[in-house]
This record gives sequence, structure tokens and C-alpha cells, in this order.
Amino acid sequence: MNWKTTFRKLTRIPLGFYTVLQQTLRKPVTVQYPEQTRPMVPRFRGRHHLKRYDNGLERCIGCALCAAACPADAIYVEAGENTNDARFSPGERYSQTYEINMLRCIFCGYCEDACPTNAIVLEPIEFPTGYSREAMIYTKSMLLESPPINVPATPQVTEPGKFDRSIVPFPPIDQQA
Amino acid sequence: MSILLETILKAVMFVVLALAGFAYTTWIERRLISRMQSRIGPNRVGPQGLLQPVAEGLKLIFKESITPAQADKFVYMLAPMLAVIPALALFAVIPISNHSFFNLAGGVDTAVLYVLAILGTAVYGIALAGWSSNNKYATLGGLRAAAQVISYELAMSLALVAVVLMAGSASMNVIIEKQLPGNILGWFIFRQPIAAALFAITALAELARSPFDLVEAEQELTAGYMTEYGGMKFALFFMSEYVKMIALSGLFTVFFLGGWSGPFVGDSWPLGLVYFSIKVLLCLMVMVWVRATLPRFRYDKLMAFGWKRLLPIALANVVITAALIAFGVPGYK
Ligand code: SF4
Ligand code: SF4
Repeated sequence: MNWKTTFRKLTRIPLGFYTVLQQTLRKPVTVQYPEQTRPMVPRFRGRHHLKRYDNGLERCIGCALCAAACPADAIYVEAGENTNDARFSPGERYSQTYEINMLRCIFCGYCEDACPTNAIVLEPIEFPTGYSREAMIYTKSMLLESPPINVPATPQVTEPGKFDRSIVPFPPIDQQA
Repeated sequence: MSILLETILKAVMFVVLALAGFAYTTWIERRLISRMQSRIGPNRVGPQGLLQPVAEGLKLIFKESITPAQADKFVYMLAPMLAVIPALALFAVIPISNHSFFNLAGGVDTAVLYVLAILGTAVYGIALAGWSSNNKYATLGGLRAAAQVISYELAMSLALVAVVLMAGSASMNVIIEKQLPGNILGWFIFRQPIAAALFAITALAELARSPFDLVEAEQELTAGYMTEYGGMKFALFFMSEYVKMIALSGLFTVFFLGGWSGPFVGDSWPLGLVYFSIKVLLCLMVMVWVRATLPRFRYDKLMAFGWKRLLPIALANVVITAALIAFGVPGYK
């Protein structure tokens, strides 16, 4: 390096400073999450939702396959027994406790793939944020969808024999005679 | 007795000002550098994030204070204090307004020498911290700090020699008075541009700030000399860095930007305080701007730059300044 190249390089430095100044006067590219969000594509894997059938029964049957599939071990499921007087979901069992630790979850969507009843779905809304660890453990009541309009919530009283099986491929459970 | 009391009061005021300045310098730096990097920056704690420094301070107080088992305990505890005290001591000779209450010892005839001496001792804290924590990264950081400060101190001293030649005195009060002939062109930054540039560059090197932050080059040395420090001991190093930043901005203001001078300052000291603060703030912002712009030097280039470029330029500047003054060129006497 001699004086000439040094001088040439020195003339570049003000240019760099000017670039940074320009950048400073521009609007920041980041947004105030979670008050502001960026547009998300329809298939974006955001927060989990536990779905229901059209007749209000929960899809989740407490099988814990999602918990087994989860690479981050973020899901905890405890099953309970369905009866015809207090039915939560078709079949023998429903999920009594269903918790997802959003701090562990990596939003890979394997739980969706594992679920035999399509009960758990990651949707592009309400991405979880919080100030404490407790606030980041989402319980069943936070994850479960509300039932369709004019449909009773769970537990329901159902006729014996109508919802004996957990999984019926066709026709869908809520359209069976 | 009353002089002693007054001095103590003044000293306490300077320390409090320096510490408050430290807290909000971190805030200014973080907000400003965020904007330069197209981010928003901390704005959650209090309005515009103004309480962020308080939150960070509280967090650091409640951290567990860990001493590495292999560290030299006594020196390990001593090093953060050795880093902070010189940083605060620099404020003793910076007159921040024309009222005598805001001028602790700016009038002493050796003020400039005092600044150089204190800046020299400031490196002990860093070097000892690196050595005592018994960690290879910390040791390297400490050694780099020592080498860097020694190399750049020379050029800085020579830049200040030019200022002292211009003022004819090493007292801060005289230096400011000599910059007061009515208009802005009296400032030494216009009459000694090379000395100003040299002082700015060497000040960045003394502070170990970007682009001279080899002392704590994250990619090579983790956090450099403070790798093994946590909690309040870490906070003290952080504090010493930012207090030194403010102090050197203050010194640049005094040496080259006319100190507290400005229009209508003659008989109202609050105005002097305002002018001084504005000038210091500008210097701090420029430092952040530099950090956002320039990449880090390579270590050998840093040394070569200090010894082979800055030192000859500084020497030539002293000779030329002396000649200009001796021949009585207008503006130089
Ligand atoms: S998205 Fe992945 S990590 Fe998250 S709960 Fe489902 S399986 Fe586990
Ligand atoms: S969400 Fe699906 S996989 Fe998980 S327990 Fe419920 S039914 Fe089983």
C-alpha cells in the first residue's frame, strides 16, 4: 500500500458515510410485532388450532400421536373417557389436557401430519408472543376453536351407538345417519 | 474549608452528570444505530424506550456475581474499578459551562497533560482484567488494548501539542478563550483541521470503538477482556467505556469546537451548558455513525496505520503549526 492507494481509499470513506446517512432517513424495514404484522401466506404455519366437526364435537381423540411425532417434545396430551352423557369427541377417548409449549415448538407442522383426525392445524394468525414462560404454555381452552354458530359446545349428550368409532373415513362423522 | 466543600460538591455533580450521561448515551447509541441499520430499536420500556437503561441496570444488579475458579481474585475484582475511575477522573478538567461552578479544574496549567496521563492509566483496568481472568480470549484482548493505546497515544499527544501551541497554554480555560474571537472560524477545528482529524481518529482508538474495536472483536475474541465478567462488574466496564466516550467527546468539544462558547453566552451560564451539551451530543452521534459505517481494522494494519501514517502526519503538523505561529501568519497569532 502506498500513499496513492491510501488516498484513493480515503475518498471512498465519505461515500460510505453518505450511504449510512441515507439509510438513517429511510423508514425502518422491521415492524412493531405483535401489534403490527406482515402479510402472511395462507399456508403459513403460525399458531396451532384444535378443530371441531360441524356438529360441535372435537376432532381431537386424545391419541397423543402428535406428541409422539413432535421433534421438540412440545406437546403434552392426557386422554379422558367419553360417555354418551358427556361426549367431547367421537369414539372412546378425548383429550382431557392438551398443552403446547410455544417456547419449545419449532413450528415444523409434524403434529399436523401425525394427526389421524386432522384435529390440529397451524394457521397464519395470532402468532404467540408473551413476557413469561407460563404465558407461553397454551392450554386446551386457548387452542380449541369455538363451535359453529347454533351448535352446542362440548360435552354433548348423544344417542348411544351413534359415535362409537373415533375415525370413520367416509362419510364424515357429522354426516352419518 | 469552604473551598474543600465546594470542590467535593462539584466533583459529586460531575460524577452524577457523567453517570446519567452514560445511561442515556447507551440509549442514544442503540436507537440511532437501529435507524442506521433500518431497525426500530428498543422502544418498549417507557415512552420511546427511555426507561430501557434503568431496566438494564436493574437486571445487571440482580445477576449472580461469578468469579472464575482459576482467576486471580484480587486483581479480578480490582480491574473494573481501575477502568471506571480514570474514565470519571477525565471530567475533572472539562469545563462544561462558563460559570465557575461547572468548571472543576479546567484552569490548571497542566490540564492537557493530565488528560494524557489519565488516558494512559485507563488501559491498566483493561489489561489487568484480561490478564487476571485467566482466559485466552481475555488475555489477548487485554494485550491488544495495551498495544493499541500505546501506539495511538503518541499521535494523540502530538495532535494536542498543536492545540497547545495555538493556545499558548495547556489550560482548558485558555484554550477555550483562544477560540472566542467572535465568529465560528475561531474554533480550532477550522484553524487546526489536521489536528482535529488526528484527535478524532486516535480518540476512537483509545476508546477501542469501531473501527478500532480489536480489543473486543466478537468474531475472534468473544467479548475480549470482559469475557469472564458478569453482572455489575461487567456493567462497570460498560460504564467506563461510555463515560470515556462522553469525556473524549467533551475534550474534542473543548479543544476544537470552542467548548461552551456560542452566541449570547457571555453572561448566561445555562446557555453555555446547552451549547456544550449540543456539541458533545453531536460528537457522540458521529461516533455511532462511524460504528455503523466502517468495518474493523486488521490488527497489523491498525499498528501500521498508527505508527507509519498518523505519527508522521502528527509530527509534520506540529512543525507546520510552529512555523505558522513563528512567522505570524494571520489566524495563527
Ligand atoms: S409444529 Fe412441530 S414442534 Fe410444534 S408442536 Fe407441532 S410437531 Fe411439535
Ligand atoms: S391432536 Fe390429533 S394426534 Fe394429537 S392427540 Fe388429538 S387426535 Fe391425536
